[in-house]
Amino acid sequence: MFSDFDFGVIWRSLPYLFEQGMSFTLTLTVIATIGGIILGTLIAMMRLSSKPILSGFAASYVNVMRSLPLVLVIFLFYFLMPYIGQWIIRADRPIQVGALSSTMVTFTLFEAAYFSEIMRAGIQAIPRGQVSAGYAIGLNYREVMRFVVLPQAFRNMLPVIFTQTIVLFQDTSLVYVLSITDFMGAASKIAQRDGRLTEMYLFAACIYFIICFTASTLVKILQRRVSIVR
Amino acid sequence: MMFKILVAGCVAALLATPSQAQDLTGTLKKIKETGAITVGYRESSVPFSYLDDNQKPVGFAMDICAKIVDAVKTELNLPKLEVKYNPVTSATRIPLIANGTVDLECGSTTNNAAREKQVAFTNTHFLTATRFVSKKASGIKTLDDLKSKTAVSTSGTTNIKQLNDVNTEKKLGINIIPAKDHAEAFLMVETDRAVAFAMDDILLAGFVAGSRDPSAYVISEFTLSKAEPYGIMMRRDDPAFKAVADKATAALYKSPEGQALYDKWFTKPINKAGLNLNFPIPSSLKKEFASPSDSPDPAAYAD
Amino acid sequence: MNYNWNWSIFWEPTPEGTGTYFDTLISGLEITVLTALGAWAVAFILGSLIGIMRTLPSKPLVVLGNVYIELFRNVPLLVQLFIWFFVVPELLPHALGIWIKQLNNGPFYTSVVGIGLYMSSRVATQVTAGIKSLPSGQRMAGTAIGLTTVQTYRYILLPLAYRIIFPPLTSEFLNTIKNTSVALTIGLLELTARARAMQEFSFQVFEAFTAATVIYLILSAVVTIGMRLLERRLVIPGFNGGK
Repeated sequence: MFSDFDFGVIWRSLPYLFEQGMSFTLTLTVIATIGGIILGTLIAMMRLSSKPILSGFAASYVNVMRSLPLVLVIFLFYFLMPYIGQWIIRADRPIQVGALSSTMVTFTLFEAAYFSEIMRAGIQAIPRGQVSAGYAIGLNYREVMRFVVLPQAFRNMLPVIFTQTIVLFQDTSLVYVLSITDFMGAASKIAQRDGRLTEMYLFAACIYFIICFTASTLVKILQRRVSIVR
Repeated sequence: MMFKILVAGCVAALLATPSQAQDLTGTLKKIKETGAITVGYRESSVPFSYLDDNQKPVGFAMDICAKIVDAVKTELNLPKLEVKYNPVTSATRIPLIANGTVDLECGSTTNNAAREKQVAFTNTHFLTATRFVSKKASGIKTLDDLKSKTAVSTSGTTNIKQLNDVNTEKKLGINIIPAKDHAEAFLMVETDRAVAFAMDDILLAGFVAGSRDPSAYVISEFTLSKAEPYGIMMRRDDPAFKAVADKATAALYKSPEGQALYDKWFTKPINKAGLNLNFPIPSSLKKEFASPSDSPDPAAYAD
Repeated sequence: MNYNWNWSIFWEPTPEGTGTYFDTLISGLEITVLTALGAWAVAFILGSLIGIMRTLPSKPLVVLGNVYIELFRNVPLLVQLFIWFFVVPELLPHALGIWIKQLNNGPFYTSVVGIGLYMSSRVATQVTAGIKSLPSGQRMAGTAIGLTTVQTYRYILLPLAYRIIFPPLTSEFLNTIKNTSVALTIGLLELTARARAMQEFSFQVFEAFTAATVIYLILSAVVTIGMRLLERRLVIPGFNGGK
C-alpha cells in the first residue's frame, strides 16, 4: 500500500519540521549540554572531595542515574517534578511544570551524571604537581580549581564533551514518548496524519545522520588539533 | 458502591455552590494567582481534541473547554486569563492532572468509577461504546475471529483494559499490543501489524473517515462495552472549580448552542479535505444534554 | 499532597487477570533481560566482525567497516527502531512484508535486531580500539612463527584484545539493557512499559515507577558485580590487560 511514495509530503511539512521540531530539539540539546556540564563539573568536584558525605552523595547520584534508562527517567520526572518543586519551596500545591521545562530539567539532571564522569576523568588527568604548585603559590582550593585545574580539564576533555553532546542530541528524540513536538515528534505526527511513514521516517533518519555525522567529523578534527597542541 | 460515589458527588456539588465572599481554594486560587490556566489536549482524538492541519489543537472538547475557561474568567474577574496548552497522552493524562501540570483535560476520556478515585469529571459530553476496526479483507465478524491474532489498543485507556478482560475471560489468546496514542494504534492496523484496533466507536469512525481508503475498513457490529460517558477531566476534591465547570457545561448543553456545537464537529466537514463524520446526535446523548449529568455509570445514560 | 499512596498495590491482581502487579513487573523484567541478551548476541558477533575487519590490511574492508559504524552510530535508536518496525517491511516484497508484520512476537524480534545492530557499531569501535592498542610486535611475532592471519587473530590478538576491552564492553552491555526500554515505543512489553501500564490501570504512579527504578538498580548492580568477578578471573598474570 506504500508503493506510491510521495516525497512531496516532506517538502510541504518542512517549515513545521524545522521551525517547530528541530528548533525544540536544538534548544533542548543546548540547554541540557550547558546545564549538564555545569552541574556535572560540580558533581565531579564533589566526588573528588575528601569529605565522605560529598563524595558519597556524588557517587550515588552518578551510579543511580547511569543505571536507569532515560525513557524511565523521562516519565518519572515528568510526573514527579511538580511534587518535588512543592516540597522544595514548601508550597501548598504541586508546582506547575510544563512539558518543555520538565524535559529540560530531566535532561540536565540525567546528562549531568555522564558529564560528571567526563569531567572527573579530566580533573584526575591533571598532574598532582600542578595542584601542589597552585597551593604553594598561595591559591586556595577554589582558585586552584578555577584557574589551574578546570580550564585544562575542560579543554582536554572538549572532544569527549562534544561526543557526549552528539549522544545527547540523539537522546532528545526520546521526548517522543511524552508527545512533545521535537524533530522526531513532528516527523511522526506528520507521518501518522498523512499515512506517510516510510517517507517521513527515512527523511528523519537522513537528517539525524547528516547532522551527527558532520558533527562527529568535526570532533575528530578537533581531537587531532587538541592532541597536537598538547 | 456506585450509589455512595453518586451521593458523595451530590454532596460535594451542593457544598461547592460558589460564594463570592469565600476565599478561593484549589485550582481557582491557583488560576487567580498565576493568571493562567493549562488545558491538556490530545494529538489524535478526532473530532474531540486533535491537531489540525496547522498543528493547532482543536475539537469538540476544546470548544467546550473554551466555554469553561470563559466561565472561569467571569468567575475570577480575570479578562486577561492566559490559556496554556499541554499535550497529553492516554498514559500521561491522569498523572498530569494530579500533579498540577494540566488543569483541564479536554479530550475523549471515559468517566468511570475507578478513575474517580484519582480525578473528577464535569458533565458528560459524549457517549460511546468500544468496538473494533479492521480491514474488510481480514474478515473479522465476531470476537472469536480474533483468536490468537494480534490486536492493538491505546495504552492507558479503558478499551485496552476491556480487551484484556475479555481476552482472559474467554481464553482467546489475543496478542494485545499497547500503542502510545490512537494514531499509532490505527497505523498498526493500516500497516497490517495488527488485525484489529479496539477503541471507542466514534474515534474509530474518525480514523476510517480520515484514512486514505475509507472503504477498506469496517467497524465491528459487536461491542466490548455499554455506551460509556466522556467527560472533561479535572483534579479531584476541588468542588469550587468543578462547580464552575459544571455550571458552564450544563448551560452550554441545554442551550441551542450545545446542539450547534455538536453539529459543527459531528455532522459537518471539519477540515479542508472535507472530512465529515456524519454522526447525528444519538437519542441517549440528546437526553443527557437536556439534563446534564456527570455520572460515571453507563446505566445512567441508557435510552 | 493530593495523592493516595498504596504500597500494597503490588499484591493486587491486574486487569489482565494473569496475576498480581508484581508478577507483571517481573514478566517485564524477563522481557528486558531476554531482549538485552538477544540484542547483545547480535551486537557482540556483528560488532566483533566489523571491529576486526577495520584492523585488516585491506583498505576496502576498512572503509566498509567505517561506513557501517557511521551509519548505525549517527541515527538515534528510536528512529532506527521505527525504521525496522514500520518502514523496512513496506520496502520488502509484499508477501514477505506481511509475513514479518504478522509474526507473533514482532516487537521482540525487531528490538533484538534493531538494538543489536545499533549496539554493534559501539562494540565494533571497542574491538578495533582493543586490537590497535596491542603492540605491533604481537602481530609480527605471529607472522614470524608462521601463523596465518586467521591464526594470528585467533590465538594472539583477539584473546588479548578482548581482555583489554572487557570493562568498556561491560558498560556497553549495561547500555544494551537500558536501551531495551526504547522498544516500548514499538509495543515491547518490557519493564518500563509494564511500569507504565501498571500506572495506567492502578493509577499508582509513584509506586509503579519506584518499583521499576529499584529493579533496574538491582539488575545493573548484579551485572556489574558479575562482570567484575569474571574480569578478575580473566586477568593474565604479568600482562596488565584488564587495568
